[in-house]
Amino acid sequence: MNAQPPTLLERILKGKWIGKGFLLLVGLVVVWWVGGKALQSPSLFLQQIINGIQLGFVYALIALGYTMVYGIVRLINFAHGDVFMFGAFVSYFSVGLFQLHLWPVRVFPGLSPTAAIILGTVSVILLSMVSCAILAITIERIAYKPLRDAPRISALITAIGVSFFLEYFGALPFVFTPNFITYKRPFEIVTWYVKDGIHRLEIGTEAPPGSVIFSNVLIIIIIVSLILLVGLNYIVRRTKIGKAMRATAYDKPTSRLMGINVDGVISTTFAIGASLAGAAGVLYATAYPQVVFWMGIIPGLKAFVAAVLGGIGSIPGAFVGALIMGQAEVISAGYISTPMRDAVAFTILILVLLIRPTGIFGEPEREKA
Amino acid sequence: MLLEVRDLNVYYGAIHALQGINFCLEEGEIVTLIGANGAGKSTTLNTISGLLRPRRGQVLFRGKDITFTPAEEIVRMGICQAPEGRKIFANLTVMENLEMGAYTQSDKQEIQKNLERVFRSFPRLKERQNQLGGTLSGGEQQMLAIGRALMSRPQLLLLDEPSMGLSPILVEEIFNIIQEINAQGTSILLVEQNAQMALSVAHRGYVLETGKIVLEGDSSDLLDNPMVKKAYLGAH
Ligand SMILES: Nc1ncnc2c1ncn2[C@@H]1O[C@H](COP(=O)(O)OP(=O)(O)OP(=O)(O)O)[C@@H](O)[C@H]1O
Ligand SMILES: [Mg+2]
Repeated sequence: MNAQPPTLLERILKGKWIGKGFLLLVGLVVVWWVGGKALQSPSLFLQQIINGIQLGFVYALIALGYTMVYGIVRLINFAHGDVFMFGAFVSYFSVGLFQLHLWPVRVFPGLSPTAAIILGTVSVILLSMVSCAILAITIERIAYKPLRDAPRISALITAIGVSFFLEYFGALPFVFTPNFITYKRPFEIVTWYVKDGIHRLEIGTEAPPGSVIFSNVLIIIIIVSLILLVGLNYIVRRTKIGKAMRATAYDKPTSRLMGINVDGVISTTFAIGASLAGAAGVLYATAYPQVVFWMGIIPGLKAFVAAVLGGIGSIPGAFVGALIMGQAEVISAGYISTPMRDAVAFTILILVLLIRPTGIFGEPEREKA
Repeated sequence: MLLEVRDLNVYYGAIHALQGINFCLEEGEIVTLIGANGAGKSTTLNTISGLLRPRRGQVLFRGKDITFTPAEEIVRMGICQAPEGRKIFANLTVMENLEMGAYTQSDKQEIQKNLERVFRSFPRLKERQNQLGGTLSGGEQQMLAIGRALMSRPQLLLLDEPSMGLSPILVEEIFNIIQEINAQGTSILLVEQNAQMALSVAHRGYVLETGKIVLEGDSSDLLDNPMVKKAYLGAH
């Protein structure tokens, strides 16, 4: 029997501590460096945090779809970012072409303006969510379901193929066109600045130096995301379909023995994940008001990194990972240089895969069908 | 006739696991299928449950052909299995596991009544209802597996080696409960390697050897059969 615990030297040699030590070192450097910046200009720092929260919540909504689908069919659904893009375009059309956001005013002229805006915006978001859910169920039925028993790599390659298809189909001149398109928000943007209290920032004026700015877009993103997250948590924890999703993720044959329609549960999972991505698409477009056929690629990849960072398959992991990603991105973009915002995402991915592939909340892979 | 299996032939790729087996089960019976490792017992149950498809042959439930009926539909029709190795959902609580057993049921009151019945048979499960399934002991997991299957209110309960890995006392307890369940009107198809125990509770039995039924009869006759004694009861 070899019950002796390994010595420090052995552990270092085996690399067990190199990972943790390195992580600690990187962590300290980041804290020291970001802390220094924060002390230099607290308002700028606060501004970055706010921007990061806004981004992080959008990433969280996308990351949940990756993680849920992975949890149930062990597939990295690379087409997920394009579903997000589709959601943004659906809202672009519903607002710009059909003025869906104005229906409350038209149908109930007496409605208070605030209620009308909220109702209109909610309708726009819901339409995108439903459209994305339908798109995802279609993709799942056509592309992934026939490969349910095939090696995982086949489904992965198919997912990449679906992703390209959605992008280049979207790029066709009679679909979404290859150009950037200005996005019209379903509500007017209102901005406030914080300096000795909260003040409304009039359009065309500048906030005084040293103030922190935020807009109703930020508030809407946070509220909508939180509602969806709480709703998702409720579905997964409390409802029959949510429990069936967890059972199916754990063991498909036994789930079938319980009378669970496994294919239906998988479709539902895709639909829920996609509807969250659809909502994210609308929110992202209202925050960065431009849409283009490839807009899903980078947010999709970053949400994927967030899901891996949190531990793919873990729902709280996706949320935490996404908030970290949001912060990492704005801080590196704000304090180093703008292109760093993409580089930092992939640096995080590489570090996670090297040091802790299971992510923050992940458990070691169980070999399960 | 509650269940009838006719000329069942099941393959895994080139492996001919079931080579034309025939057997039946009357309403109210406990019938046992005994056989050594790899005889094809689990394959038989999984084919009845709809997880496997035979290349040839038929499964009839109350005279209706269910050979190609989807697994979830078969549960709805009244056949439920407690699979080999218990297969508890380790990431769900005991209560949630039982709820999954009741997945095909929609009448809330019926579910509640049924839950109470299961808790009466397995009081241990009630104490542990909020614990994760994966944290139960082997015996408790077996109770949960049977309880979970009962939650679908089956007319026919399929049990795959419920004695596996349990202490003799627990085996005794489980088999008593199996008899009780049967007395309350559920027919049971019991797969076992523990032939002694299985034949002592079953009405009739079939002996399966490498995919073929080699012997059948009343339990008492099988218990006295010299071949069964030699091969499965450890006598000389
Ligand atoms: N998934 C599979 N792929 C290939 N062969 C299989 C598979 N499952 C079972 N077999 C083969 O089919 C035969 C019957 O297996 P089965 O599991 O039905 O036996 P069993 O009687 O339940 O045995 P045990 O008592 O060990 O559970 C065995 O020879 C086994 O090797
Ligand atoms: Mg078996």
